[in-house]
Parts: sequence; C-alpha cells; structure tokens
Amino acid sequence: MFSGEIAQIIALSMRVAFTAIIVSLPVAILVAYALARWRFFGRGLVNALVHLPLVLPPVVTGYLLLLAFGPRGPAGQFVEATTGLVLGFRWTGAALAAAIMAFPLLVRPMKLAFEAVDRRLAETGQTLGAGRAMVFVTISLPLALPGILAGAVLGFAKALGEFGATITFVSNIPGETRTISLAVYSLLQDPTGDRRALILIGAAVVVSLAAVAVSEWISGRIGVNGRGGRNA
Amino acid sequence: MLEVSVATRLGDFSLKAEFASGAGVTALFGPSGAGKTSLIRMIAGLARPDAGRIAIHGETVFDADRAVDLPAHRRRVGVVMQNPLLFPHLSVRSNLTYAGWAGRRTARFALDTITALLDIRDLLERRPAALSGGEVQRVALGRALLSDPAILLLDEPLSALDEALKQEVLPFFEAVRDEFDLPIVYVSHSVDEVTRLANHLVIIEAGRTVAAGDIETVLSHTEIFGTGGLRAAGTLVTGTVRGHDDTHRLVVVDFEGRPIVLSARSFTHRPQPGEKVRLRIQPRDVALALHAPTGISIQNELACTISAIAVRADGEVDVELAVGGQKLRALITAKAMADLRLVSGMDCHALLKTVALEGRGLPRTLRVAGG
Repeated sequence: MFSGEIAQIIALSMRVAFTAIIVSLPVAILVAYALARWRFFGRGLVNALVHLPLVLPPVVTGYLLLLAFGPRGPAGQFVEATTGLVLGFRWTGAALAAAIMAFPLLVRPMKLAFEAVDRRLAETGQTLGAGRAMVFVTISLPLALPGILAGAVLGFAKALGEFGATITFVSNIPGETRTISLAVYSLLQDPTGDRRALILIGAAVVVSLAAVAVSEWISGRIGVNGRGGRNA
Repeated sequence: MLEVSVATRLGDFSLKAEFASGAGVTALFGPSGAGKTSLIRMIAGLARPDAGRIAIHGETVFDADRAVDLPAHRRRVGVVMQNPLLFPHLSVRSNLTYAGWAGRRTARFALDTITALLDIRDLLERRPAALSGGEVQRVALGRALLSDPAILLLDEPLSALDEALKQEVLPFFEAVRDEFDLPIVYVSHSVDEVTRLANHLVIIEAGRTVAAGDIETVLSHTEIFGTGGLRAAGTLVTGTVRGHDDTHRLVVVDFEGRPIVLSARSFTHRPQPGEKVRLRIQPRDVALALHAPTGISIQNELACTISAIAVRADGEVDVELAVGGQKLRALITAKAMADLRLVSGMDCHALLKTVALEGRGLPRTLRVAGG
C-alpha cells in the first residue's frame, strides 16, 4: 500500500465523518432540546429510538440500514427518486451509517447541557419580548454550546471509527467505502499487512488527538467568554 | 391598571385571587407559600390559571371563558425576580438592551436615562458574574424598564440580599417608583419594604386574597391586624410637612391639624414643606393618658377618641384611636385598660415617642398635599 493510498483512506474517513456530523448536528440539537424541554406524547419512544444504535449490535443496525436504504430498500429507492442520491455501497451510505451510530453520542451531552440551562432564563427572555424561537437562538443555544460541542466531538470520534454498521451496510469497497477502520481490518487479514496497518493506526491516533485538542481549545475559548456562566 | 381574578389548582394547593391595582406600588403581602409567586407568573404569562381573567391597562391578556391567553412575550410585563437571572453569556449592556435586539421592543426611556438613574453606567461592558448582588438587581431592574413594560412585577427582589445591600438597593426602587409613571406590583413578606414603597396593599394567605385596598386602610383593619407578619407593620398615617428644626435634626409634620415631631434621620430624603409624607407608628410605642400630661420627655401628644377596643388572646389590648379622619392604634395591657377605665367612645390623649416614629416618602404622584 502506497502513501497515496493511505492519504486517500484518511481523506475518505474524514469526509465520511464530517459529512455525518454536519448533516446530523442540527437534527441532534433539535432532538436534544425537545427531549430536555418538552413533554410530548411519544417522548419515551423518541428517546428509545435515539439510543437504539447504542444498544443494538452494530451489525444489526447495518443490516437494518441495508434493508431500508439499500438499492432495493424502500427508503433508498425513495431517496434516489427524489434527490438522485444513492446511498447503498457508496461513501454517502457510509456517512449515513456513521451518523446513525454517532447520533446517541451527539444527543446525550446536548440534552444534559439543555437541561442544565436554568429554565427561568428562557422565561425571562420571554417577558422581555422574545418569542420562543428567538429565546432558543439567543439564550438556550449559546448557553448549551459547551455541551453541543462535546457532543459533536464525541460523535465525530465515533463516526471516524465506525466499523460494524458500515461494513454491513455499504461493504468494504476500496476508494468508496473503505475507511480507516475497514482498511485496518482488511490489512490484518493479509499476513504481510501488519506494517501498513500500523501506519493507519498511527494516523487514526493523530486525527483523534487533533480532534480532542481542537475541542479543548474551543471550549477553553467559550469558557473565557462565558466565565462564571452561572448565576450565584 | 391591573385587574386580576383567577383560580387555579396546583396539586393540593388551590389559589383563588381577586384584586385590582392602580397607580403607584401595590404590595402583594403574605407568608411564603401563600401563592404570591404563582400569581406573578400568571400575570406575566408564564403560568396559566384554570379560570378567570387578567387585564393590564384595560387589555385582556387572559380570559379563560373567551379563550384569550396572550403569550408572555406579547404582554408587556416587566419582571424582576428574587433571583434576578441576568443572561450570563451576555455583557451588562447586551442584557439591558435585550428587549430591543431580541424582543423588538422600543423602550420609552433611553438607555442613558436608565443607567444614570440606577447608577450602572460604569458596569456596561462587564459580565454579570463580575457584579455584586446589589448591582445585579439594579441591572435586572433596568433591563425590565427597557422592555417598554406597561406594568412592572417585582417578585421579592430584595429578599436574597443581606440587610446592608437591601438598604443600598431600596432607594433605587423608590427612584423608579417616583421617576416613571408605571404601576408596580411588589411581592414581599418584608413589612419594612411594604410600608416604605407601597400605597396599595393586597394580603394573600393560603392561596386567598384576604384583604385589598389602600395601605393605610388595610393596616388599620382590626381583623387582619393580628395575622401573619403584619402585626409588625404598625399603623400608617399621612401628614403634611410643616418644616424642619435643623438644630435638633427634627421634622415637624402636620397631622390632622396637630404638629408631630419626628427625627429627620428616619426619612431617606429631605421632605419639603407642604409635601405629604407617611408616618409609621408602632402600637406598642403609643401610650395613653386621660389628661394632657406635663413635664415629660414625650414631644407628641394627640387628643383622640377611642373608636374600638379589642382584648387579644394573649391578654394584651388593642385600642383603636380616631384622630380627625385617621386611625391610630395603641397596644396596652389589660391592667392599664382597667385602671384607666377605658371604653369605646371615650376621649383621651395618645403619647408618641419621637424616636419611635418612622417617616416614609410617598410615591411622587401622591406627595402633593390634598392630592
């Protein structure tokens, strides 16, 4: 395996993970806020569905995705017919699998962060003339930002390393769906692949450490601006 | 200005309140758990009553029968809570102007006017975490004023502060009361704050409004006099300032045609001659005599008529005294009553110790004599 191939695998993994997180982030924020603040019918069901990928074997999640979003799956056909986007055995499918698997890890810290924001702050915002949406954008969201960030980083790490659901749903196609984890797996099947696998593992460690460092740096900055973010 | 007639049930607790308030400060007074905060939340639109109606300045903001329930952000109600939640991620300036940029409200008062009045001009670029408790309260008050409110609801705004801070912040509330033509509902269980700020009093006990009216009238009412913490409130009467005796640091007040002398330090401001002021008199500081006494240190002596006598459960006697059109109370022992053979309708003399009298400024609109 040449270094160009390694670079290509890392780039693909990053593309898959970033796409997964950027697309699912707004949904995760809304779901986390709804679970933290609203009492609605079916709340328990939504909560269970969100956490399902955490408790199901990844292979099962991947197979369910294949049934639904695969080339012959109803959801997959619907998506292709309406948007032209093909998910089955493509990197986009890998991103979907990563997003689904990362979703509970995104939602959980965000939900805790929204719950920690004093409800009376939002009420105060309302008495000052701001509607619910405006209160969300100007008060709840900025105050929950550290939790949102934590969720995003955790989710990104999960998306980057996802294995079981990805290989089941979109297989292990070089250049299309072979991310770092899948490439390491393939190399370990090959008696001569150890050294190259180690290079990839090293790359994975570096990327993960970089992600943690970036998140620490950002939360440090938020910490400075919002110091004493709590009322006494 | 504010009409409230609501009923609601919160678990075991039922709340049924009915009162109206006008200009100046209306105090909602009652022990903790009486339902005062629930009431404030309903007026502000943060909680929904089961039944009833709430109107602010004639505009119905809630009517269960007609399915009117204006959301909080459209009610124009300024609220300052006991724990004055400033937005921790915003500067003091952004907090103050929040209603402008997030609520699209246009304040009647300029930011400069408010920051000058509340003495918070130097704090604008700070974060809430860098403020003292008293400063936080003043910023919260300014933020509410800048939201163009039709009414101001203050829910125990001073109760989280220690005594020294209270005395520091209270004058700012008086200033707001006097500077702006804005009806204020002031929730408190502090007799001192109520008698100092309010001209209207609503008493709430166990979810019921038990009395409502002019503070002088409500406080002179026998039935409620013994209830709750109000016993410490004493009697409130109004008089007109005649002048000052600066050598002795005294203020002379005309009370029903008679001079009453009290010490100037009991006022937070220097009342002007002709200004109407309120005097707070504790019944236990009022002595009674059958004849005008001579040769005693007491400066104030008022001829009055006993209008009612009530022996209390603890054996002490409440004596209600009519002076002109106003009422005073004296608390004496049953033995004193027997010795003097006091009965209702009798004329006597009330003796008031100068140092025991407390003066209070009235809301500006009520300061003009005869007004």
